Amino acid sequence: MTDTSLAPTGRTTPAAARDLAVEMIDVNKWYGDFHVLKAIDLEVKKGEKIVICGPSGSGKSTMIRCINRLEEHQAGRIIVDGIELTEDLKRIDEIRRDVGMVFQHFNLFPHLTILENCTLAPIWVKKLPKREADEIAMHYLRRVRIPEQANKYPGQLSGGQQQRVAIARSLCMSPKIMLFDEPTSALDPEMVKEVLDTMVGLANEGMTMLVVTHEMGFARQVADRVIFMDAGQIIESNEPNAFFANPQHERTKLFLSQILH
Amino acid sequence: MSSTDIPPTKTIFVRKEMIGASAAPISTRGFFGWVRTRLFGSLFDAILTVIGLSIAGSIIWSVVDFAIVRAVWTGANGEVCRAEGSGACWPYVTAYWQQFLYGRYPAEERWRAIAVFFAFFGLLVPLAMPKVPFKFANTLAFLVGLPIFAYVMLCGGWFGLVPVETMRWGGLLVTMVVAVTGIVTSLPIGILFALGRRSQMPIVRMLSVVFIEFWRGVPMITVLFMAANMLPLFMPDGVDVDKLLRALIGVSIFTAAYLAETIRGGLQAIPKGQYEGAMALGLGYWKMMGLIVMPQALKMVIPGIVNSFISLFKDTTLVLIVSIFDLLGMIQSSRSDPEWAAPSTSTTGYLVAAAIFWIFCFGMSRYSQWMERRLATGHKR
Repeated sequence: MTDTSLAPTGRTTPAAARDLAVEMIDVNKWYGDFHVLKAIDLEVKKGEKIVICGPSGSGKSTMIRCINRLEEHQAGRIIVDGIELTEDLKRIDEIRRDVGMVFQHFNLFPHLTILENCTLAPIWVKKLPKREADEIAMHYLRRVRIPEQANKYPGQLSGGQQQRVAIARSLCMSPKIMLFDEPTSALDPEMVKEVLDTMVGLANEGMTMLVVTHEMGFARQVADRVIFMDAGQIIESNEPNAFFANPQHERTKLFLSQILH
Repeated sequence: MSSTDIPPTKTIFVRKEMIGASAAPISTRGFFGWVRTRLFGSLFDAILTVIGLSIAGSIIWSVVDFAIVRAVWTGANGEVCRAEGSGACWPYVTAYWQQFLYGRYPAEERWRAIAVFFAFFGLLVPLAMPKVPFKFANTLAFLVGLPIFAYVMLCGGWFGLVPVETMRWGGLLVTMVVAVTGIVTSLPIGILFALGRRSQMPIVRMLSVVFIEFWRGVPMITVLFMAANMLPLFMPDGVDVDKLLRALIGVSIFTAAYLAETIRGGLQAIPKGQYEGAMALGLGYWKMMGLIVMPQALKMVIPGIVNSFISLFKDTTLVLIVSIFDLLGMIQSSRSDPEWAAPSTSTTGYLVAAAIFWIFCFGMSRYSQWMERRLATGHKR
């Protein structure tokens, strides 16, 4: 069904690389026999903020997890920041260094302090000297407004604080693209705002962001584009005002009527 | 039932003042609170406490009575210990003490073993204390310097040291050599096979499974016996691997197989999110395992690992079966010395063996518990 014979050229043409952060061309993925991503075509410009929503099991998490190869795609091409994702482990590592990810359940390392969580990758992946890594980490911890927690362990922080640390940890690698996989879904209601505020701040600074979330307020405020997915495919994609005011597809209308009360 | 006869319930409530925390009742606090609630909470509890204490007391008393009160402290031979009703025969232990420690290691060369003991504890103690600096140098000295030093010193043959063949080693020296080598080598081997068994690569996984299942499937005694008696039959002529070395390899591979399974249990308990968090940051397999997964997995299975180490320490006594005389072996062979023959000689010897083994094992156990508490960062809130 899809053309997988496209020669893996590695780097794409300079024209394509110029302004595209992520390019997904006819991407397909199966879990066993289950077709979880169907012919996904997606172009994300540099600096663009995209919110992805959809019912659970629609493939939205799987899609963004393909971008940093936490999930493997079986057909189609994914080009991240001019580098095509292939079996080549070197390229995967190269892409992961440039793509930050924030998870639903934070995935902080419980045996390391907040500061160590933030400096681990700069020291071991980017080979920065410890002092420099510490400075960078403190800079970003100040930015997410928790520098005073630097020497505590993740287990001593609230959910909202942990998620802000997770954001800071990603930023310490100075990523070009940030992926957010339902960053506020596991948080107590009182803590959602502090995380969203941090993300809005990041968006305002021009970060390229792909955010899987059901926080429609965030989508309205920040997104350049809202994408609705169902059954492994992109159903509708539009700029937020039009998306919420005037959804075109029946499935989108139904979904929005369920979540917007 | 009409609602009119029931007074209306108060449905509106607004708290005016917050209640502060107050101390627990005095009867449940402190030592006396503990004794009252735990030991003498009821009449039945009190009866059980009295019975338990009296049983424990009588056992402790009989040991104290034998080892101290009725004990014989001095004497030139077994004659003094043969008196009716005498307890532990300590002169026998004094006379044989050097052999308990070094076996048949030549008396004039024993300073070499003492030097190794001192080097071992001198490096181990600072290594075990987190506050002492120079951990990297210390670890390096312990893992690389010490084995070379111990090998040169104990075996001899270099720097004008008289060679001492391993068959003359014995006592606590052999126990320590086997146990320490076993512990230090089995842990990394165990970690590798634990990783291997969870590997994505089918051949690596299969080899790990075969290794683990084979070594776990045979008894330690069989391993030692095969290593000592069967292996030479398969070796080409002229190739002779030292008997103690063969026993060492057997013990450490045997323990490694158990450790691999213990560690695999820890690996399985690490949530998938930890792997994903590490991968998303760009860490490769070995860095992810070494920095994120293994530290957490090992911490979780410290009790199991120390369990294996303690059982290894005690299993060193099995080398007796291949006629290597460890601490217990020396005690076994000395207690039948006619010069010291007395009703209490064996008991005294075994008491010494039990005490020494217990001190080492209890030490490991306490240290591991302390380490566990120190490393507990994850789930405390």
